[in-house]
Amino acid sequence: MLDLTPKESYERKALRINPAKTCQPIGAMYAALGIHNCMPHSHGSQGCCSYHRMQLTRHFKDPIMATTSSFTEGASVFGGGANFKTAMKNIFSIYNPDIVAVHTTCLSETVGDDLVTYIASSEIPEGKIVIHANTPSYVGSHITGFSSMVKAMVAYLSKNTGVENGKVNILPGFVGPADMREYKRILKIMGIPYIIMPDTSGVVDSPMTEGFKMFPKGGTKIEEIKDTGNSKRTFAFGSVSSQDAAIELEKKCKVPFDTLPIPIGIDATDEFLMKLVKLAGGEVPYEIEEERGQLVDLMLDTHQYFHGKKVAIIGDPDTVIPFTQFAISLGMNPRYVVTGTPGDKFEKTINGMMEKAGVQGAKVKSSGDFFEMHQWIKNEPVDLIVGNSHAKYIARAENTPLIRLGFPVLDRYGYYYNPKIGYRGSMRLIEMMCDAILDKMDRECKEEDFELVL
Amino acid sequence: MKKVLDQVLEVYPAKTFKNRKKHILIKSNDEPNPVIQANVRTVPGIMTNRGCCYAGCKGVVLGPVKDMVHITHGPIGCAYYTWATRRNKAKAEDGGQNFLEYTFSTDMQEKDIVFGGVEKLKQAIKEAVDLFHPKAVGIYATCPVGLIGDDINAVAQEATKEYGIQVLAFNCEGYKGVSQSAGHHIANNNILESVVGRGKKPLEQKKFSINMLGEYNIGGDAWEIERVLEKIGYNVVGRFSGDGTYDRLEQSYVADLNLVQCHRSINYIAEMMEIRYGIPWVKVNFIGVESTIETLRNMAKCFNDPGLTRRTEEVIEEELEAISEEISFYKDKLHGKTACLFVGGSRAHHYQKLLEDLGIKTILAGYEFGHRDDYEGREVIPTIKLDADTRNIPELTVEKDEERYRIIIPPERYETLKEEIPFEYYGGMIKDMDEGAIVVDDLNHHETEQFIKLLKPDMFFSGIKDKYVIQKMGVVSKQLHSYDYSGPYAGFRGAAVFARDLAAGVFTPAWGYVTPPWRKEPLLEGQIVGGEK
Repeated sequence: MLDLTPKESYERKALRINPAKTCQPIGAMYAALGIHNCMPHSHGSQGCCSYHRMQLTRHFKDPIMATTSSFTEGASVFGGGANFKTAMKNIFSIYNPDIVAVHTTCLSETVGDDLVTYIASSEIPEGKIVIHANTPSYVGSHITGFSSMVKAMVAYLSKNTGVENGKVNILPGFVGPADMREYKRILKIMGIPYIIMPDTSGVVDSPMTEGFKMFPKGGTKIEEIKDTGNSKRTFAFGSVSSQDAAIELEKKCKVPFDTLPIPIGIDATDEFLMKLVKLAGGEVPYEIEEERGQLVDLMLDTHQYFHGKKVAIIGDPDTVIPFTQFAISLGMNPRYVVTGTPGDKFEKTINGMMEKAGVQGAKVKSSGDFFEMHQWIKNEPVDLIVGNSHAKYIARAENTPLIRLGFPVLDRYGYYYNPKIGYRGSMRLIEMMCDAILDKMDRECKEEDFELVL
Repeated sequence: MKKVLDQVLEVYPAKTFKNRKKHILIKSNDEPNPVIQANVRTVPGIMTNRGCCYAGCKGVVLGPVKDMVHITHGPIGCAYYTWATRRNKAKAEDGGQNFLEYTFSTDMQEKDIVFGGVEKLKQAIKEAVDLFHPKAVGIYATCPVGLIGDDINAVAQEATKEYGIQVLAFNCEGYKGVSQSAGHHIANNNILESVVGRGKKPLEQKKFSINMLGEYNIGGDAWEIERVLEKIGYNVVGRFSGDGTYDRLEQSYVADLNLVQCHRSINYIAEMMEIRYGIPWVKVNFIGVESTIETLRNMAKCFNDPGLTRRTEEVIEEELEAISEEISFYKDKLHGKTACLFVGGSRAHHYQKLLEDLGIKTILAGYEFGHRDDYEGREVIPTIKLDADTRNIPELTVEKDEERYRIIIPPERYETLKEEIPFEYYGGMIKDMDEGAIVVDDLNHHETEQFIKLLKPDMFFSGIKDKYVIQKMGVVSKQLHSYDYSGPYAGFRGAAVFARDLAAGVFTPAWGYVTPPWRKEPLLEGQIVGGEK
């Protein structure tokens, strides 16, 4: 496995190998799926759209709908306006969404297609909406694309009508539908009214009930998106995936915001709860305190399996940052922390938390990739790898336990039904990590050392 | 059936209606080989299943060549999505390399778009050579590359000189052509032009040498085919390109026969090798028990060697012996069921034969990106008009290689054999379909949904984007691109694996649980607990 990866380090300036990111449009497509009755539309050549639908389908094992402008060479030279207009006509006639959320690709961005003009000159049926985000694949990553589409929702739809709704806006960040459900559950227990945007729960984790529905029950309703302008505060989870939209909403509708880490692990969840309770006043209900207590109980029960364990963490910045803090809180020793998404803030934030915890000598890198992390592991092995499905090759090559966290998880079923955020999600992560470590121990220890009770 | 088509088409706006009508037809005995519209641009917004030229070139044809470093010149997505997602299996040969667990990209950034990406590409090639010392390097253009004018061919030429290995450039920008198909063509041209026959030392001419063309070893298909071929006594030289190596492509000119499994993706090379080296090609089909037997017998006729012919029959018998019990077990379970197939450019036809072996009737079939010859047979090629979207895909003209050209089958015998064997010929899909069956080109989501509602098939074979749509509609959907992570499906053993997988899908108990019991039974049994409120 990965036999051609040399141990000796080699500094690459141009060749990217086994990236820890993908390109913008898939993030925008995912965000658009979090709007109720929305058709994501990819303005580019059709290969992009097929690839993005494929990879989301492989992760969620559920239908992923999206259309494309299907550029040909002619359109690539003279602009994709005609393709766009034809697409809009077909989409509304055939599939009848309430809203089409358009994103772009490296093709239409390089051509310089003017989407604002195209939308204005398209035939859009009465009462239907078209929004767009520019998502050039040669900037940032899929997280950037997600962020841009959420920002577009605000830019096109959010409105301050002067009638306060008494709600908080939750911008959940690039997380799964189970996590979105978990945000909602926590807010419900806290008794705080909210608008969550986008919300892919009920869309990409749809049940097998009454047959296929092109637009499933889930998704943030257009009315709710508009109403985000009347909320009293916005919580933007994950600075890379959510902060731009929050800034836009503050600028446009004067809704103040807090940027918080995605609540993975105990510290980030505590921070979230503290913000909520300070905002709403009153107390944290016992139900939540019980969950937290269970998590701490689990942390204490399992501490001997985690303490001092070396861990390599790779994934999207807003997931990796709070997870690294979680690993620290479990007494683990994060050795390699990598994201493929560019940005200085990542390294600064992680290095800051390492320093605070007294963890030394860790390698932290944004714009990194799986190939380089593997080389590091070859030189100094770790006890656990945390990453998406692509990490399984390194895990096998180096005989290292792996837990799958983030996007995409292409090779396991049911992943999308379990939250990784909040106290509950953190408990699940401890269970996964402990299982992975103990499974290896059980598999490899001498027979006389095989234990019934651990 | 006519009514079914009307219902499917009725929602379309006028222009779309006019377009899509030409892509759908009903097979009728009055007109056994009707004309279908194919290989034309996709209707924007219709939700096609198609991919792009880059996918056809890098993803399909070249990507499986295991000991080359394939560098995608573009932003990260294109390389990322072709990273281990197509199941073209490979294992390193003795002392050789296998790069299939890796994906390589120049990961273009904004400044590369603005100032050009040529320098970065050169550096990436240097780094690939330094790090891996591969047999060869491929460079694959993506959408923006053509627009910003990066001259990847010049880079390739320069690098070939500098590093002493073949560096190949493929101008497979995603917007070229109308589908994956253009990418196949571009890949074919360059492999033939720059790789086949390049090896300096002439290779030893072994007996019964063949090339496997258009077989990508999905789920181990090519290995299963080779297992049987080697048992008979064949010597597989070139693999285009499942589990393929650069050397095998180079040396493929020594073979005596080219076997074309996927006509769409590789017929160009088959034709050009015949002109250049005199190697005849024959259309084969290793999908399905009866098809495999027919293919093996046709091959034996080509070589006309009594020992080989005897061995062919012996192996057929042995292989049948090993699977027939299992096949008839599943045939009993599955026969009489109906199927729809919508797969890229060849499997929608090939798998009809395997389904036939199991007593399953195909009521609808279509290709994403087949051309008219894949539907109607190669005889229609002279009547196919190239439109503006396809005309800019270069046509390569090759000539006889005077030194290496051989007459492998004497002309008289070739002409006689041609009566029995599909030499240089593929009859297409439609001829093999039943009266009343529907043929659809570039099927889209709307049509898939409507046809399922109207035709109520028992199973619908397609790809990953459709699979869960179909399953949610209550119909079994097995993927015929990825084989749902199973396989092989080719050859004798593959047929048994397919039958087993299919039966598992049709008979899984979960189908019985779709409707909750409270929706099946009346719930008026009075209150269980009374008086507690």
